[in-house]
Amino acid sequence: MSQSQLNQSDFEPIEYEAAEAEKIAGQSTSYWKDAWRRFRKNKLAIASIIVIILLGLMAAFGTVLSGQNYFDNDLISANKPVSGGHWFGTDNLGRDIFARTWYGARISLFIGLSAAFIDLVVGVIWGSVSGYVGGKVDEYMMRIADILTGVPYLLVVVLLTVIMPRGLWSIIIAMTITGWINMARIVRGEVYRLKTEEYVMAAKSLGAKATRIMWRHLIPNMLGPIIVTLTLTIPNAIFTEAFLSFLGLGVPQPQASWGTMTSDALDSLRYYPYQLLFPAFFICLTMLAFNVIGDGLRDALDPKDRS
Amino acid sequence: MLKYILKRFGYIIVSLLFITTITFFLMQAVPGGPFASERKLPPKIEQQMEEAYGLNDPVYVQYVDYLKNAAQGDFGPSYKYKGQSVTGIIKRSFPYSLILGVEAIFLALAVGIFLGVIAALYHNKFGDYAAMIFAVLGISVPSFILAAVLQYVFALKLQVLPVAKFDTFWHTVLPAIALATTPLAFIARLMRSSMIDVLSSDYIKTAKAKGISSKITIYRHGIRNAILPVISYLGPLVVAILTGSFIIEKIFAIPGLGNEFVESVTNRDFTVIMGTTVFFSVLLLLSILIVDIIYGFIDPRIKITEKQGGDA
Repeated sequence: MSQSQLNQSDFEPIEYEAAEAEKIAGQSTSYWKDAWRRFRKNKLAIASIIVIILLGLMAAFGTVLSGQNYFDNDLISANKPVSGGHWFGTDNLGRDIFARTWYGARISLFIGLSAAFIDLVVGVIWGSVSGYVGGKVDEYMMRIADILTGVPYLLVVVLLTVIMPRGLWSIIIAMTITGWINMARIVRGEVYRLKTEEYVMAAKSLGAKATRIMWRHLIPNMLGPIIVTLTLTIPNAIFTEAFLSFLGLGVPQPQASWGTMTSDALDSLRYYPYQLLFPAFFICLTMLAFNVIGDGLRDALDPKDRS
Repeated sequence: MLKYILKRFGYIIVSLLFITTITFFLMQAVPGGPFASERKLPPKIEQQMEEAYGLNDPVYVQYVDYLKNAAQGDFGPSYKYKGQSVTGIIKRSFPYSLILGVEAIFLALAVGIFLGVIAALYHNKFGDYAAMIFAVLGISVPSFILAAVLQYVFALKLQVLPVAKFDTFWHTVLPAIALATTPLAFIARLMRSSMIDVLSSDYIKTAKAKGISSKITIYRHGIRNAILPVISYLGPLVVAILTGSFIIEKIFAIPGLGNEFVESVTNRDFTVIMGTTVFFSVLLLLSILIVDIIYGFIDPRIKITEKQGGDA
């Protein structure tokens, strides 16, 4: 109880300078700084980001490194193992697997990123309109989404690629036509939760328009789940592309993606297993890296969910 | 309850109608008829064939006919294989897929739940890390790559299991593992996080405080409550197994429905594509409905007749 003994001197003002007091001692931590601090501790996720950056660089410049191109046939040196001239060996038409791997990286990453981006745009718009307007509109919009998800995703994608001309954009369109629903659901759930918050009410009572509330208040507050979903969409898209290539619906020859390379290599797996090794390894590595980043982001961005 | 089931059936019918319509018109939109092969048929014969398959009728008549027949489980004849009906092909090939699928589902559930529980019990210890590394790898390695590697290692190099085909139980081992791994990893992660939640809840503490052995606490109080999210994952699990079977059955040369679907895509055998699509969708929608009903029985906290506002 001795602590409660107070002296007169305790109430005397401490000397201070006005300028000194105004100074902010520590850096203020925003949500994002805090998230970054948590994310940085996750060594595996940082390593994954580096891996993705390296893969991106190799996709951009890797095709010219070995002095070979990805489409030249050379039947005399077909199915050659790893050597000085062909760093990853050659495939059944004598094409350089090293160059094809990095050209394939370009296609696979491009498909993954653009499919994820389109899903993001459509999903956020659909989900936020549905969640924000609510009522009948919400019910109908979500019902449409329900019906669309009644068909297995890969089945829709396969059907669409069958009827569209073969090519990069057909694959992307087929993948995004129902791919956005997951994002829309998540965004709708978030908007539903956030729109009753006091700051939204405050903004409304100050006369802010719906679009302004959406952009300035709701979307910044639900960026966390959006980013996590986005990161986890990318490996999915890369997988779907490989899956389609496997069914013979991938990018047409002589273009290559990791999926078409894997699928080609499977035919000669018994005799030339190294042909499967490189594209398969890079598909797994990329998916692993994006998955680890996604998990890391989820842990970093969602303070409630930390364990 | 009955009202709920009826309502869900209503939605299923709408979904199916939508799917059938979309697939029908998509297939109509494809350039070139089913008989436009490399070998040009004499125009008379082509006309006759189109007449026989009803392709000369106006589109809406074809559409109504197709719906009528599909409702009775008749998806018409295969364009590619003369004398075979789509329904016949489905009947012949589905049992293989069913056996493989059920095996894979059991494998995914058993091992996935086991790994998840282990990870939760040894939270932030070696067991947890090992199980979660396995789970992340399982999610990141596509099933067809895993299938190829398994085939190469166990069938071609070690020669301990058959390479392909579908005769004995041993033939099903590799494809079932390849099919189960990705969903298995998802289940392990789901189970882990829900088990961690449950283990820190009050009733577990009460049970421990009462001196109940840790085994009974884990089994009776822990796993039983933690398993609920896994049950809600059963729907997506069926989808994953179903679509996974396309590739796995092709790699292991299993004459199942997935393989048949892939064949029909490669052959542009449109009636088979449509028939299998509709069949897959029926299977999927029904299994999701069953899972939802089971869920309502298992977890009395969830009243399925109640409308949920927040997360639909």
